[in-house]
Amino acid sequence: MNTGSGDRTGVAGGACSGTPWRDPKQQPFIEVRSLTKRFGDFTAVNNIDLHIYRGELFTILGGSGCGKSTLLRMLAGFEEPSEGRILIDGLDITDMPPYERPVNMMFQSYAVFPHMTVEQNIAYGLKKEKLPRDTVRQRVKEMLELVQLPELARRKPQQLSGGQQQRVALARALIKRPKVLLLDEPLAALDKKLREQTQFELMNLQDQLGITFVVVTHDQEEAMTLATRIAVMRAGSFVQIGTPSEVYEFPRNLYVADFFGSINIFDATVISWENQDITVELDGTGTRIQTRHPKTLASGSRCQVGIRPEKVLISKKPPEGAGQTVTRGVVQDLAYYGNRSIYRVRSEAGRVIQVSAQNYQRSAELLLEWDDEVFLSWDSSCSVVMTE
Amino acid sequence: MKRPSTFLYTVLSFGFAFLYVPIFVVMVYSFNDSRLATVWGGFSTRWYTALLKNQQILDAALLSLEIAVVSATLATLLGTLAGLALNRMGRYRGRTVFTGMIAAPLVMPEVITGLSLLLLFVSLKELIGWPDSRGANTITIAHITFSMAYVAVIVQSRLAAMDQSLEEAAMDLGGRPFAVARDITLPLIAPAMIAGWLLAFTLSLDDLVIASFTSGAGASTLPMVIFSKVKLGITPEVNALATIIIAIVTVGVLIAGWIVLRQRQHGSNRPEAGAPGD
Amino acid sequence: MTVIANPGKRDRLWRTIVISLPYAWLLLFFLAPFAIVFKISFADPLVAQPPFTPFFDWAADSGDRLLATLDNYRFLLEDKLYWVSYLKSIKIAFVSTLLCLLLGFPMAYAIALTPYPWRNFLLLLVILPFWTSFLLRVYAWMIMLGKQGLINNLLVSSGIVDKPLQLLYTDGAVYLGIVYTYVPFMILPLYATLERLDPDVHEVAADLGAHPLQVFRDITLPLARPGIIAGCLLVFIPALGEYVIPALLGGLDSLMIGRTLYDEFFVNRDWPLASAVAVVLLFILILPIMLFQRMQQEVES
Repeated sequence: MNTGSGDRTGVAGGACSGTPWRDPKQQPFIEVRSLTKRFGDFTAVNNIDLHIYRGELFTILGGSGCGKSTLLRMLAGFEEPSEGRILIDGLDITDMPPYERPVNMMFQSYAVFPHMTVEQNIAYGLKKEKLPRDTVRQRVKEMLELVQLPELARRKPQQLSGGQQQRVALARALIKRPKVLLLDEPLAALDKKLREQTQFELMNLQDQLGITFVVVTHDQEEAMTLATRIAVMRAGSFVQIGTPSEVYEFPRNLYVADFFGSINIFDATVISWENQDITVELDGTGTRIQTRHPKTLASGSRCQVGIRPEKVLISKKPPEGAGQTVTRGVVQDLAYYGNRSIYRVRSEAGRVIQVSAQNYQRSAELLLEWDDEVFLSWDSSCSVVMTE
Repeated sequence: MKRPSTFLYTVLSFGFAFLYVPIFVVMVYSFNDSRLATVWGGFSTRWYTALLKNQQILDAALLSLEIAVVSATLATLLGTLAGLALNRMGRYRGRTVFTGMIAAPLVMPEVITGLSLLLLFVSLKELIGWPDSRGANTITIAHITFSMAYVAVIVQSRLAAMDQSLEEAAMDLGGRPFAVARDITLPLIAPAMIAGWLLAFTLSLDDLVIASFTSGAGASTLPMVIFSKVKLGITPEVNALATIIIAIVTVGVLIAGWIVLRQRQHGSNRPEAGAPGD
Repeated sequence: MTVIANPGKRDRLWRTIVISLPYAWLLLFFLAPFAIVFKISFADPLVAQPPFTPFFDWAADSGDRLLATLDNYRFLLEDKLYWVSYLKSIKIAFVSTLLCLLLGFPMAYAIALTPYPWRNFLLLLVILPFWTSFLLRVYAWMIMLGKQGLINNLLVSSGIVDKPLQLLYTDGAVYLGIVYTYVPFMILPLYATLERLDPDVHEVAADLGAHPLQVFRDITLPLARPGIIAGCLLVFIPALGEYVIPALLGGLDSLMIGRTLYDEFFVNRDWPLASAVAVVLLFILILPIMLFQRMQQEVES
């Protein structure tokens, strides 16, 4: 009776074994070189470089208008880049029209052809390749089974649910065995329950087929659960590229930190930096924190220190152990979510710190109440130093 | 203000009476036995018999139908291309002029269109010897020209309502532009094209002024014959003809309306109103 | 806006066909004719076939080749007939447009407030006349308005008048005919905007204490503005050049410019003068037509 769910490493690791992006000898499968797209005065995509490796499930994440869709449409061939090149598997596809690219796309609206049956929809790409009829029939059958829709082959799209339409769109895009599958907000149109299910199916499918997926989404949760790596995009540029845990635990700046869940931010001054070990001093309280930071920072320069709410321990008794940052405060607000509770604690220095605590004890009463005096503590190494 | 006031419905009833009473009166009088068209002389179908024996009217009707079918078909072809050029081809040089040339015929007074086309035909004949005579050919060209604008507007509004990622998806799956148009776009705008064809057909069948200008000595379309008759006063045969036309149109519109309603119930496509002002 | 990056030759061909075929057609049969009308409006009338002088006389010695004349325009200015025709056309078109609006607005409003499926039926009733012969519908009023027509028969038999009134062949008949044939053009664009009005807006306004007339003035009217403009243009522009209605229902003196042009052309066979009449008419219409195009483009985007 232990962990019922959640072990996803085996699923997502999949076709993309290991961490090719850390290996300088690995050839990127998709290579985007200083790609720029301008619409009149507006620069939608600004001089982007990107390497995506074979078998990755790469997610481009950003708010609306950040240029992620434009980037995807340039990969598919629907927008012509103003500058830069796109290579897939060593082949320069920048000047290829969409119908010649070894790339297929699943559209946000699914774009299932309303006047064709499910079967005809899925077969469309193969028919354009002028494959023999038997081959087409065989592969359509396989595809229908893969997406678990064999009994709906003769239906028209209007008779399908949103989830079923999505599978048709997926099957239609996959049947051509593309080198890269582009997915535009693949889960946005589904309801919450279906999303979770589809999410895992997508990952399974990707694992099975070994096709490189590039997903565009505005939903950070979707990105976190799906991706091998996430590129956070803002105003036409990438802010940070990394694995889900990297962007979550080691956000490069406030924007990224804030995009993925909540974070407590303190202004601070750098005391010293040596060989990635950094000491900073929080404004106001003068609390010193020792943690790690990859880049050289001059002593005396300003920075921010972030700490995720779930990294903070809350207790009535003073915590024990070394290497901890400890502060005292009063519970100002609390919200009970069943599995966890969120506390907003006013610290001695007058700051409000958010804490997310697992409710590992069973109790009908609240363990902590409003106006309770509490100690907050966190492992200093959990603190993130950010400079932007 | 939840329910429209009695005032609004009074005006609505009055308006519809205004629109339909004259039509009903014509239909009733078409069965009038009296030669004096406005004096009731008992029920008779003699004007229908007379109509069917009137070779001039029959010939004109046939000519009008021929012109209408040919011009509607070509106008649908050109108008559909124009609709695509307006909505699916991105930017190109002279696009503004093009939109202008599509919108202008919708409101251009017929006398101007007719006069200008006639002068074109005359000048062309001077220059290149074509068209050597004016008649069905020149009327057809004239009708294509103004009705293709209507088709273009209907088709383009349908295209504007259509999800463009359908075509992108087809292209993504390996469809070349022409194949995409044939496999995806055309089947999906077919209802608009049919509506456009019907409108072009009706406009052609109905046109008097432009046909009068562009026709030569020999060819007289049905409206031209009707006009020459009614200019002299009320003609019972025209009443009969009007009744027949109204009956055909009503049946046609009812069938079309029924199809549109059925489609709407199936929830597949948004129906086209098919009206020029739309 | 799908722009295909670097398509092959075959694929450019399709794009070229789509754009250039209708474009070429309209250039040749719509735009070029206007240039010719413009050109011929500067020519001298001749009793010949075709009845106008050529613009260029290549046989003449150099210097005097251009045979342009402003006589036609001078004639338009001097002869009161044309002035009266233009002004009268504008007046008739303007008043008819207002009448169409007065009749069409309540009708469109009532339709927009009617629940489905009745609304579809009412719309069908508006659209139906579109598809029936325009000419025959104008003709129907000849029966209605004649000396022995339905209206006069009713008036006489009910004793309101002693002898039949002259209804047909008057300006009144022309107004009636224009309103009758063009009111659907007013109703449809009006309906299209009124349909989008959120009924809640009315309720909110009424809830805030607005009198129904105030609601109409402050909410409905401003929101319906695009429909009003579109409808008015769709009626005014073609009505200004109307020929059939004044020819069938109007008196001999109901000189609308369309009729004047037609007569100048077919009766007097003065093609250059007719062209000049057309050019001036076009200049009068250029502003409303451009307005109409702007609206069309807005709808497009």
